[in-house]
Formats: sequence, structure tokens, C-alpha cells
Amino acid sequence: MAAMFSQNPLMNGPNYSVNDAPRIGAPEGAREHRFDPYTDNGGSTLAIAGADFAIMAGDTRLTSGYSINSRFHPKLFKIGGTTADQKDATIVLSVVGFAADGEALKERLDAICKMYRYRHGKPMSVKACAQRLSTILYGKRFFPYYAYAILAGLDEEGKGAVYSYDPVGSYEREQCRAGGAAASLIMPFLDNQVNFKNQYIPNSGEGHALVERERRPLTRREVEILVKDAFDGAVERHIEVGDGLQMMIITKSGIEEVLLPLKKD
Amino acid sequence: MFRNNYDNDSVTFSPQGRIFQVEYAAEAVKQGSVVVGIASKTHVALVAIKRNAEELSSYQKKLFPIDEHVGIAIAGLTSDARVLSNFMKQQCLAHRLTYGRSMPVRTLVDMIGSKAQINTQHYGKRPYGVGLLVAGVDDHGPHLFEFQPSGMTEEMVAFAIGARSQMARTYLEKNLDKFADCDREELIRHGLKALKESLVQDRELTVDNTSVGVAGADKAGVVEPFKVYDGQEVSAWIESVADDKEAAPAGGSGEGETMEVDS
Amino acid sequence: MDHRPQAWGRPRDDVYGPYDASYLHNNQPKTATQSPIVTGTSVIAIKFKDGVVMAADNLASYGSLARFTDVKRLRPFLSTSVVGFGGDVSDMQFLDRHLNELAIDEAYEAEGCSAGGLGSSAQEPDASPGASKGQLNAANLHKYLTKLMYRRRNSFDPLWNQILVAGFDSASAPFLASVDLRGTAFTSPSLATGYGAMLAQPIMRKYAATEEDAAKLTRDDAVRVVRECMKVLFYRDARSLDRFSLAVVTRDGVDISEDEVLEQQSWAFAERIRGYGTQTV
Repeated sequence: MAAMFSQNPLMNGPNYSVNDAPRIGAPEGAREHRFDPYTDNGGSTLAIAGADFAIMAGDTRLTSGYSINSRFHPKLFKIGGTTADQKDATIVLSVVGFAADGEALKERLDAICKMYRYRHGKPMSVKACAQRLSTILYGKRFFPYYAYAILAGLDEEGKGAVYSYDPVGSYEREQCRAGGAAASLIMPFLDNQVNFKNQYIPNSGEGHALVERERRPLTRREVEILVKDAFDGAVERHIEVGDGLQMMIITKSGIEEVLLPLKKD
Repeated sequence: MFRNNYDNDSVTFSPQGRIFQVEYAAEAVKQGSVVVGIASKTHVALVAIKRNAEELSSYQKKLFPIDEHVGIAIAGLTSDARVLSNFMKQQCLAHRLTYGRSMPVRTLVDMIGSKAQINTQHYGKRPYGVGLLVAGVDDHGPHLFEFQPSGMTEEMVAFAIGARSQMARTYLEKNLDKFADCDREELIRHGLKALKESLVQDRELTVDNTSVGVAGADKAGVVEPFKVYDGQEVSAWIESVADDKEAAPAGGSGEGETMEVDS
Repeated sequence: MDHRPQAWGRPRDDVYGPYDASYLHNNQPKTATQSPIVTGTSVIAIKFKDGVVMAADNLASYGSLARFTDVKRLRPFLSTSVVGFGGDVSDMQFLDRHLNELAIDEAYEAEGCSAGGLGSSAQEPDASPGASKGQLNAANLHKYLTKLMYRRRNSFDPLWNQILVAGFDSASAPFLASVDLRGTAFTSPSLATGYGAMLAQPIMRKYAATEEDAAKLTRDDAVRVVRECMKVLFYRDARSLDRFSLAVVTRDGVDISEDEVLEQQSWAFAERIRGYGTQTV
């Protein structure tokens, strides 16, 4: 008790209340991590490259858990047009996974494409855009965008180009790719129908002598039907997929958008 | 010998209450080639004379698109203009990202106004040596703003800045009442006519030295994004204001009709 | 007189004892909202042909305690939009103050525009008082709130709310959208937060499954559906109240009544409920 009334600075330190000594203990900005910043909003996407076109497709359902938040929430975005309505865009990005990250990713890529056009006076090529998207994703390697992205457009030779990504930026150019909740349902179907995997010419031999069916580029009409079939199948077996099918067909004359109904159950 | 002691920096007033560095910056604007801007109820147009340093060189750009609804015309130091242009572009993009709408033109102009003013009040800084005409459309319709190195900004119906711009302004003042109801083509022709007034004796408008930029809007919003026209794209407009056609029907409206009406 | 300036103006140690300075600074890590404390339950809203109806009850719960029974969870913005908050009430109040600032800034900008309309179409004054040209509409506001919420989640300091925004978009069509504490944003003809997503949303979707259906509903229809939903929520949501706020936003402006009462309740069904917990007969 004596110490309480003591004026001796040595006994209980300087008697002023504001401590100007440097703070020790927690590092600056340390945060407790209990809040989970991620959710999965379901949905599925799909892209197929053709000889002179590319098709991107995605369902329009947005879920959280067992609830359907929205029956129309597009996952496909035109990228890099001169105006906000993206009338003259030539590239399409699809994102599936965590919707807020997907939205942020799309807006960043679009802003970058717009700055590119402003600085260089020409639109970004799909190849350049694809590389840039990878860099953006890897830039958040330690707090990733939880989004599976697919980029589609036409390459320098006018051929359909599809680039697929994982959430931290690994990417490759492919003939076709399915992403999102029903990717594991759609991808094997695509392997068989687009790349003719496990398709052989009947009576061409036994075992290893079997001759594979010759691969040929699909026509636009064929691909459109394929996409619809793939999604009808996914809707049947996956609860997070349904409501609407949004399709974008990229050709040299621009991007065509098609909306088709899917089962709403 | 007389030497001005009050023009070494922009933080010192002269005894007459002037800041010479800012006034010198305004002189830099007058060194740039002339640019003209006019706004009507539906459109806003910018027209400019481009200069080439010598016969062999290319022409210096005068009009810059900022965002889909805004463009600028510059007179003065091009490099200073680029700094402001980049800033405006960034601000417009940021506004679009946060609010999902195009930035109101006045808000944008106020931002460069404040930015330029800082340079007139801090030691070691230099005012921008460039004047701008900012043309844009927003929910309130088309707008034309003037920007000066001092940081002053003002909304205009029509204006011209740059070398010999007084002649162009005289033309604009004379025809002031016509602008509000002009259509897109008439507005551009008025701009080009004003531009011609400012040309030196034996120069004339050519496809090489003329730039035109237009944006349009109605009450609902942007209907025509800002676009710059150069080279052959402007030849029809230049021909329509050629001297021999000048004598034809009074005013621009008559010409517009003969061009469009098929009778 | 104490000779040390540091002690001047402070309580004398010989009288009051030395000040315990440890109260003034904490060496703990900076904490964010890790979980909501005082919470509001569902907010529900449905579009109709001329606008949007939104409702939320006036209760703020502290866990299972009905702590504050007169908390208004709907607020207008610029008299053109309505914002409804579910989730943490203190974060709601923070957002409320933030939106007030935003609204004031917006009002100043609008003043600047109308003051100097030279070449612009300042000739014609706005037809309806609700729609103010050039000001943030509900779509703009929703975009802004989405960015705000997403930024806070990125810094692991979320605002623990789910928010509904109702009003009109730039094409002057009815607008209704939601944003949550992670920045996930979406729109739909009808929306509900919390328990409302389970209990009210199916009812509302019966009346407005699509935008076209919603465009056929009248104001009275929409209000009736929302009242019905509030009743269902009061029956089944233990954290709800029978006093609620009802907002109707149309092109003429925002109409909020904050002291609505659920009428014609029928608890007859309750007697027949058997089999929960220990009750067996």
C-alpha cells in the first residue's frame, strides 16, 4: 500500500499515465483468424475451342449451402471492350467458385485490359490476356482468389483459344475444359465427345490393334448441342447447377450471347 | 537593369498581387496550337489543329479519350497533359469500379482543378503548363469545361484556347445562340469554322492537321461514347466547310439538309 | 507544485494513488468482429411493377435474449433507395453513419451540378421528386456497398451483415440486390436474409418467380405478400418480433412506416405441435 502513495519514481515507475515507451508484444496489424473469408457459390462452367470459334458456357444459379440465392447470376463476362457495355469485346472470362472473388478478378482483368488499350492504342491479344490473368492470380498466392477461371477468345491466327486456370494461376491452353461444381461430371463427357477418347473404329482389331476414331474439329452447331447436353446432364446429378444456361460464342464477327433455360429444381 | 524579383517561384506574390509563375504557365497555353470545343443540348465536340515540328515529323496529338464519356483537347506542354490525362483516366476507372457508373464530368474537372491548384501554392513545384478543354456527357447531358494551369475550371457553352484562339472565340461569340440546338454535324462544322478563323494566313485545314472528337447524350445518358476522328475520317467535314462552300446558304443548317435529304 | 511537466494537470498521486496506465493501452492484437453480438434477424424484399417492398422486424437480439425491441433496421438513402440490414447491429450503425456521410457528399455534388448548368439540359426540371438526376441510384449504392464489404473481408475485419438494397437502376427499372459480409453480391426478383431465406423466400417466389412475374404484381399485392411472410417468420423464427418496419420504394420516393404490427395472428396450430424435446403427450 505504501507504494501506492509513494512519489518515488523508482518504486512504481514514472507517475504519468501515458506510456510513450514503444509497444511490445503483438506485431503490428496481427489479426486473429476466425472469420472464414471464403464460401463456395456452386455453379459450373465449360469452354470448347473450335477451328474458327470458341464457345464459353456457364449456368446462372448462385447457391450458398442448400439455398439458391439467385436464379440469374451470370458467370460469363466479356473482357476488354472500350465501353462499359463491352460491345466491342473479343475475350470472354468465366469464373466459378467464390462469387465475390470471381467478380473482383473479372473487374481487375477488365481494368487492366482497358489500361492496356489506353496505353497502346490496341486491344490485348488473348495470349497476352491469358498470361496477365495468371500473374494476377499468382499475385494473391497466399490469399488466393478462390475462383476457377477459364478464358476464351480467338488467337492471332483466328483459331479458337481456351485457357484454363487453377485458383493460384497455373494455366494452359486447351481444346476444352469444364470448371466448377460439376466439372468432374462434365469433363469425362467432353473427353469422349470432343477429343473422341475411347472411341474406336468398330471391327478394326483386337486389344492394342484397335484403331482410334479419327479426330476432327467440331462444327459450331455440334458444339452448341454438346454444351446443352453436358449441362442437362450436370443439372440432373448436381444440386448446385441449374436454372439457366448462358452461352457466349466468340467468332471473328464478335461475341454472340445465348440464354437457354435449365431445370430449376 | 530591371529584373522581376517576384517570379522565381509560385509561392511569392508580387506587390501588385500577382503570381508570375502562374501567369507564365498561362503563356505556355498560348504557345500550343488552337483547340475549340462546343456543346449543344445533345452533343459536345472538340476540334483541334495538330502541329508538326518539321515537314518530316509526325503531327502531335491534340485530342485524348479519357473514358467512354469524356475526352480532352490540350494546348501547351503535351507531356504535362499526359500526366493529367493519366490521372483523369485512373479516376474515371476507379469511379466506375466503385459505383458502377461513369464519373460526373464536373466531379472529374474539380479533381484536376484541385490537383493543379496545389502546384501554385507549394515551394519547389511548377504549375502545369497546359490548358485543357474537357468534353464529356453524363446524366445532366453534354458538358464542356475549360481548365487553366492556375487550377481554374469553368463550364463553357463554347470555347477556344491556344495560339491565336481569340479569333476563334470571336467566331464562337458571334454564333453563340445557334449552338444549343445544333445537331452533331452542325456542331462539328461550327467548330471547324471557328478553327479556320484562327489559322495563319496561308495555312488551311487538311486531313493531316485536323482532329475531331465528339460525344453525345440524351436525357437518359450516354448514347455516343467519346471518339476521336483523324486523317481521312475528317475529310468530309473539312470539305463541308471549305471556302467555296462558305458562300452557299446562310448558316450551317442549310448544308446539313442538302447532304442528308435525298430529293 | 510538481516540478515534472509530465505530471501537470493529472490527478495527484499522493491523493489518488499512482494511475494504473495499463488500462490505457492494450498489447493484445487488434481485434475485429469475430462473431456478431447484438443481431437483427431476417430482412425480406420483393419487387413489384412500380418498385420494391422491403420489411424487417424491429428486434435486436443478444443471443437468445430479445434485448432491444425498437431498433429500426431499414433506412432510406437520398430518398430514392432503401437499405435493409440483417446481422450485427453495431456494424449496421457504423454503416448507417457511413451512408449518412455518403449521402451528404452526394447532395453537395448535386448542388454543384444544378448551380452551373450552362450547356447542359438544365432547362427542364426533373419530373418526379424521387428520381434525382446524376445522383447515386440503388444500383450504384449497391455496387459501392459491395466494394466496401469485400474490402473489409479482405482485411479480415468484416462488417457482419447481410444487406438488401432496393430502389431503381440507371434504366429506371426496379432494382433489388443483396450483399453479405464476404462481399458476395446478387440480385433476384425477391430476396431474404437469414431465416427469411428458408421461410419467406419460397413464399415470395410463388408470387414472383421471375422478373416478368414481379412486373405484374401491384403495390398492394407486394405489400400483402411481405406482410404474410413477416407473419410466417414470427411464427417460426424464435429471434423475431411482431413489430416491424415496412418500406415501399417507388419512383415517387421512399415510404417507410416503422411501427407496423402483425395482425390477425393465429396460434391455434401451436397447440397441436407435439414431439419436440421432452414433451411426449
